[in-house]
Amino acid sequence: MPNPISSINNSSVGVVSAQQAFFDEPLTLKSGAVLGQYELAYETYGTLNAQRNNAVLVCHALNASHHVAGYYADKPEEVGWWDNMIGPGKPLDTSRFFVLGVNNLGGCHGSTGPQSINPRTGLPWGGDFPLMTVEDWVNAQARLADRLGIECFAAVMGGSLGGMQCLQWSLSYPQRTLHALVIACAPNLSAQNIAFNEVARQAILTDPDFNEGNYDAHGVKPRRGLRVARMVGHITYLSDDEMANKFGRHLKQEKENYNFDADFEIESYLRYQGDKFARYFDANTYLRITKALDYFDPALAYGGNLALALAPARAAFLVISFSTDWRFAPERSRQIVQALLKNNRDVTYAEIDAPHGHDAFLLEDARYHLLVSAYFERIDRQISP
Amino acid sequence: MNGSSIDRADFAAIGQWIRSGSRVMDLGCADGELLKYLRETKKVSGYGVDIDDGHVLACVKNGVNVIQRNLEEGLGEFEDQSFDYVILSQTLQAMRHGERIIREMLRVGREGIVTFPNFGYWKNRLQVLKGVMPVSEHLPYEWFDTPNIHLCTLADFESFCVKRDIRILQRQVLTEGKKVRYLPNLRGALAIYHFGARSQK
Repeated sequence: MPNPISSINNSSVGVVSAQQAFFDEPLTLKSGAVLGQYELAYETYGTLNAQRNNAVLVCHALNASHHVAGYYADKPEEVGWWDNMIGPGKPLDTSRFFVLGVNNLGGCHGSTGPQSINPRTGLPWGGDFPLMTVEDWVNAQARLADRLGIECFAAVMGGSLGGMQCLQWSLSYPQRTLHALVIACAPNLSAQNIAFNEVARQAILTDPDFNEGNYDAHGVKPRRGLRVARMVGHITYLSDDEMANKFGRHLKQEKENYNFDADFEIESYLRYQGDKFARYFDANTYLRITKALDYFDPALAYGGNLALALAPARAAFLVISFSTDWRFAPERSRQIVQALLKNNRDVTYAEIDAPHGHDAFLLEDARYHLLVSAYFERIDRQISP
Repeated sequence: MNGSSIDRADFAAIGQWIRSGSRVMDLGCADGELLKYLRETKKVSGYGVDIDDGHVLACVKNGVNVIQRNLEEGLGEFEDQSFDYVILSQTLQAMRHGERIIREMLRVGREGIVTFPNFGYWKNRLQVLKGVMPVSEHLPYEWFDTPNIHLCTLADFESFCVKRDIRILQRQVLTEGKKVRYLPNLRGALAIYHFGARSQK
């Protein structure tokens, strides 16, 4: 049998471009705040069929965007963040499905967020931009789906925070979610997870350039804080083994410096990742996204009973975890599975033995991709007349 | 463990004991063919459980719900008495913790169905008498590559059930797909038991 993974590797959706959708119907957020008007940046790949039943929403996690697959004509190096998963002949096959990627509200890639102009003041929102929740994002995505004429998604798919949005779709819009692909996810964050997020936030909040979030008005950026925040994040996305394999105790130079320059490869890697991130990402967005992660807890309103919380779901689920992911450990995915089983939902659960920690959901792994591929074939059979 | 070699007579025997529309779990479900069969003939809903990546993929291709899990670790996330039937088809003999899985089957399911090759089948006995390990239709492996580590006979299983307070509800014994009524422990190649807890909760 030819290896289907290697044979589809080179196919890309090609040149893509982002679109904007403007909404002037106010959106009431979970916090009680109201966004009077807002814009969503999005991309689509493939074609919505005549029955309008082949749409797949791909939800992004912490630092990603609506740019899910393909590349921009003027920036061919900017390949979509899940390009290995989505494209013609890839697991999520754009020759069969109409794929939608949306930059979440509060983001910094084109949707309304802290860098946008607050119509009330004529100045950037900055620190005044309201806090967002997963539920708010899903509600905004649903309005975009209305606009695009998508009544029911064939699937909503995402990893990590993106997986939380899938779960929320199945609860907020059970009739509009045929399948939910919940990958490397958890039904809520553990105390340890919230702790990591809090360290990241404190790094930003205590940066002298933060200015209560109104740094743009002061002509500065809290880059040092954002850099440290990203470094903390990166540590948690990799497994201990993967870090040992990649970096071990390797020194940058042949011997120790006896100063605070980067002695070890891992230090240099974290500094590089932190610097890169701090150059393009917005600190206010980072703060809000980590808070959305922390707040997500569908079982909270049900006394911690996840099965009760997931009772409204009507979707069929594919839940996938990765063995070395300690930030969103397999155990957490099994809790989702257990709650779905109690509700007698269609659910398939796979635990992929992969060494890459949380990052595994973004990487190419034959077992993982073949599974997603087979699952989408099943969806395709189901929706095809 | 089990797989495409499992014959339809096995499926039919299991299917006859299963009430229409019930909730079924199939442990060691391989490619999900049994669940697919029960869904089509008995309108059951349910899930397969298997550890093998290839089997999980095959189930997805077959449109069967599957939960990837190592059965040797028990059935942790499954609730007590949450299934009508828990099936363990041609897998018991390959499990290290055979007793534990039977106990788990009756914790999660109201009733259990187990199938296994009867080591007491005369063809097996004959080979042992000849001084070699048996190789037959339901025991296709050589001694050095067999996954089967806990083989038993009908008599062994039934005395185990007595000792463990398990009530055998029904039994069917097959040889080459045909029912065996007379001298089953000698003439039967494949045993299929339907059982429940002695004191039903």
